[in-house]
Amino acid sequence: MEQHAEILAGGNWQQRAPGWRDLIATLLVLGVVILLGIGTRQMTAPFAIEHQPEISLSLTALPLYTLRTVMRMLAAMLASLLFTFTYATLAAKSRRAETVLIPILDVLQSVPILGYLSFTVAFFVGLFPGNVMGPELAAIFAIFTSQAWNMAFSFYQSLRTIPTDLDEASRSFRESAWQRFWRLEVPFAMPGLIWNMMMSMSGGWFFVVAAEAIAVGDLQIALPGVGSYVAKAIEQRDLGAVGWAILAMTVAIVLYDQLMFRPMVTWADKFRFEQTAAQVVPKSWMLDLFRRSSLAAAVGHPLSTVMRHGARARFSILPGKTMPGLLPRPVGDALWLGLVCAALGYVGWAIVQYAGSALSWNDARAAVRSGALTLARVAALVALASLIWVPIGVFVGLRPKLTAKVQPVSQFLAAFPANLLFPVAVFLIVHFRLAPGIWLCPLMILGTQWYILFNVIAGASAFPSDFREAAASFRVRPWHWWREVMLPGIFPYFVTGAITASGGAWNASIVAETVRWGSTKLTAGGLGAYIAQMTQAGDYPRIALGISVMSVLVIAMNRLLWRPLYAYAERRTRLD
Amino acid sequence: MFDATAESIIALNHIDMNFVKPSGAPLPVLAGIDVTVHNGEILGLLGRSGSGKSTLLRIASGLIKPSAGGVRYRGEPLMGPAEGIAVVFQTFALYPWLTVLENVELGLDAARLPAKDARRRAMSAIDLIGLDGFQSAYPRELSGGMRQRVGFARALVSDPILLLMDEPFSALDVLTAETLRTDFLDLWIGHQLPTKAVLMVTHNIEEAVLMCDRILVLGSNPGRIVAEVKVPLPQPRNRLDASFHSIVDEIYSILTSRMTEAMGSQSQLHGGLVQQLPEVAATRLGGFAEALAAAPFDGRADLAQIGPALALAANRLFPIAAALHLLEFAELDGSTIKLTAAGRVLAQSDTDGRKRLFREHLLRFVPLAAHILQVLSDRDGHVAPRGRFEYELEDHLPRREAEKTIRTAIDWARFAELFTYNDRTRTFSLDRAAA
Repeated sequence: MEQHAEILAGGNWQQRAPGWRDLIATLLVLGVVILLGIGTRQMTAPFAIEHQPEISLSLTALPLYTLRTVMRMLAAMLASLLFTFTYATLAAKSRRAETVLIPILDVLQSVPILGYLSFTVAFFVGLFPGNVMGPELAAIFAIFTSQAWNMAFSFYQSLRTIPTDLDEASRSFRESAWQRFWRLEVPFAMPGLIWNMMMSMSGGWFFVVAAEAIAVGDLQIALPGVGSYVAKAIEQRDLGAVGWAILAMTVAIVLYDQLMFRPMVTWADKFRFEQTAAQVVPKSWMLDLFRRSSLAAAVGHPLSTVMRHGARARFSILPGKTMPGLLPRPVGDALWLGLVCAALGYVGWAIVQYAGSALSWNDARAAVRSGALTLARVAALVALASLIWVPIGVFVGLRPKLTAKVQPVSQFLAAFPANLLFPVAVFLIVHFRLAPGIWLCPLMILGTQWYILFNVIAGASAFPSDFREAAASFRVRPWHWWREVMLPGIFPYFVTGAITASGGAWNASIVAETVRWGSTKLTAGGLGAYIAQMTQAGDYPRIALGISVMSVLVIAMNRLLWRPLYAYAERRTRLD
Repeated sequence: MFDATAESIIALNHIDMNFVKPSGAPLPVLAGIDVTVHNGEILGLLGRSGSGKSTLLRIASGLIKPSAGGVRYRGEPLMGPAEGIAVVFQTFALYPWLTVLENVELGLDAARLPAKDARRRAMSAIDLIGLDGFQSAYPRELSGGMRQRVGFARALVSDPILLLMDEPFSALDVLTAETLRTDFLDLWIGHQLPTKAVLMVTHNIEEAVLMCDRILVLGSNPGRIVAEVKVPLPQPRNRLDASFHSIVDEIYSILTSRMTEAMGSQSQLHGGLVQQLPEVAATRLGGFAEALAAAPFDGRADLAQIGPALALAANRLFPIAAALHLLEFAELDGSTIKLTAAGRVLAQSDTDGRKRLFREHLLRFVPLAAHILQVLSDRDGHVAPRGRFEYELEDHLPRREAEKTIRTAIDWARFAELFTYNDRTRTFSLDRAAA
């Protein structure tokens, strides 16, 4: 078998003289490592709430601030991945855990993200007294809450939908749980997971900016970062500084996309489950660079060998045997159910005790009333954004050349933290003396309307061309063309986009319904303003009340509107 | 060649398998099955879809546990997937993100071999099965035949004692399947495999006769063994031999007699509602009747001949024959099918005539269609949900079969313009304009 010698030796890479690719790859790696090192050292520096370092508006400070913001993002993403791999796996593997974990996840993802911040910041600050690590962790946790839930859901869904034949193959070849996880489950879930990581990242930029300048009651923290920079700029009415921050963020997002996500998407293409070749193969110059650089291959080779060995190792605690149940199944189920009910009962009792002592029915009425106002705003904004972006999205999506130009821009806009643009809008509102009740509303959907646009573009460009040609050859009238041909075709995509847009609008309402420009304060009323106001006052029972009302509204909207619509869209557009 | 006194490799004893009905009661899919695979033989499990043959194979592999009965693998009780048993899947079941080589190495994951040995063994399996040169390809780059070769290499790399094959050639085109079958048989006959016995599931009668030393014919509802056919022909076998042909004919007659018997007994049960309808489109029946009425058949044909003549595999031919028999457009007798008088009229009619005749027979011989029509006529608004009838059926048929039967009833009723069905609302209705 001499012809296989090179495979036995482990791949056919050859030693070449280092080339320009090696140089660039080395520079990139070293640069990233050094920057990470700087960022990490600063994140563990001593820190006292009373003597915080002043946020500087000087331009030279901005790059370092941006680095810290990016680091927080990265840390939160790692935490989210860890959470996804454990929580979702547990939910998918254990029937009993699933009955509790999945409903919890469903609620967690409808809680407004900034709500988590106000409740956890005191805890984290107390965890590391005198160190900046505490507030850092609080901010990272807030970003984590904006990223983790949908990733965990996606992973859980993938684990539950592993094709029967692959599952049977894995079992019949007696893979251990560890082997199965890395060989079958993670690869199968990878495309969905990466897509959700990108969506999480897009949402995350918004919250990283919001989470850096924390003010809950008397506790005022400004972590060095782009968000604090902008907060300072607002305080000092410095529109130029806001402009620089927008530029810095743009650079950071583009770099993140080019250096991290593009290579990941390209790499993950091999995990696509369809057995046919893809029509559009994702490309990444970065991945090409590393794949073609022989130096990177030489350095990467031992690493990939270790990883391959790791995935092949069996690591099973109980080799080949499943643990026999200690109790008969019905008894175990009954015990579990009893335990869950007891826990629920206790929590319910604690909430009633706590809320009853601090809140009155008037508070509930006020919160629900402002909730209704925000609900009306969200509905109106999603409708308005759809009216604008659906026709534009279809126009763009049907023209492949235009799509190639517009799609990256729309995805970038979806990722861009719209709250950096708020000061500009507020400046204009103040300057022209516009009514805040109306003109603050667009800010809620400023960042998330792009999800509608890029999903509609994706839908229109995926629309089968023979359907379009058929419609054209039968000379279908324009009105019919929209109603019978195009809208049904893009409907599932539109629904996906609209769900994201409306979820984002709810979250954004907390920062969009109350805004400042220097000492001028504009308030539009609504639930977001209510929560923001209570947070500033440090009134925990009312923060909790506002957040609960918002969660209930979001869950109700998901259950009563979006899910039925989604199911309908899926059913109607199936051909078999 | 196999020898009846040879040691048993795997023995399935008194296997029952029940699924659960919507009402919670057990629904038997396999009942009282005894199968023993002996050293040196290829044993075939032959049956129509829904006879539970794939379920039986999964029980033999340890992937699922039977509701009752036991499996002994080389004398020891089987408690789940075991060393020495390997499976080849109908759908190949390759990991799309692994290369051919990595997929084959998967078969050794459980063996805790050093990486070098694993690679060497994978390469020799790849060699053996004719995949050299493709080791770094991804499955999606390969044709169906090459993919199944990877499936074989992955199964064989661990040197299995028992090889289980679940319709391994049915997803391939005729020519590719034939090549792969021959290649496999060459290895088997040449004793180039460490494998001592093979258990193979198939619905292709000729394939079974070509490959197996012994064939067990499974009947449906619940699945049970209705006949054992020995194939005492030496390998390699010739499809054109008279003896080959007589065995194929014998199996055809066993299957058709089972089918007519089953249809007879079903129509007596539960007022005939629980008649399982073969999944075949109404328009196909007319076309087949036309072909059967014409030369060279002149209204009467051998199933083993008309199938290949019309390029219909057994799994497509049987539903058509069964449907014609059920609607009394044709009569099945042994391995022959004969048009009835009504069948001849059907063959000669134009579309409208066909529809009229079809409607008549549908009402007379398919109680489910008559029942749905009755319910629709009785109800105000003449509308009824699909779930209602599905539920009635599911109490007696497995879910998939119930679903299939309803689908066929819808198709036939649409063709006969008896009633209509709206998939968006999932309701039946009499009003034609509502659909």
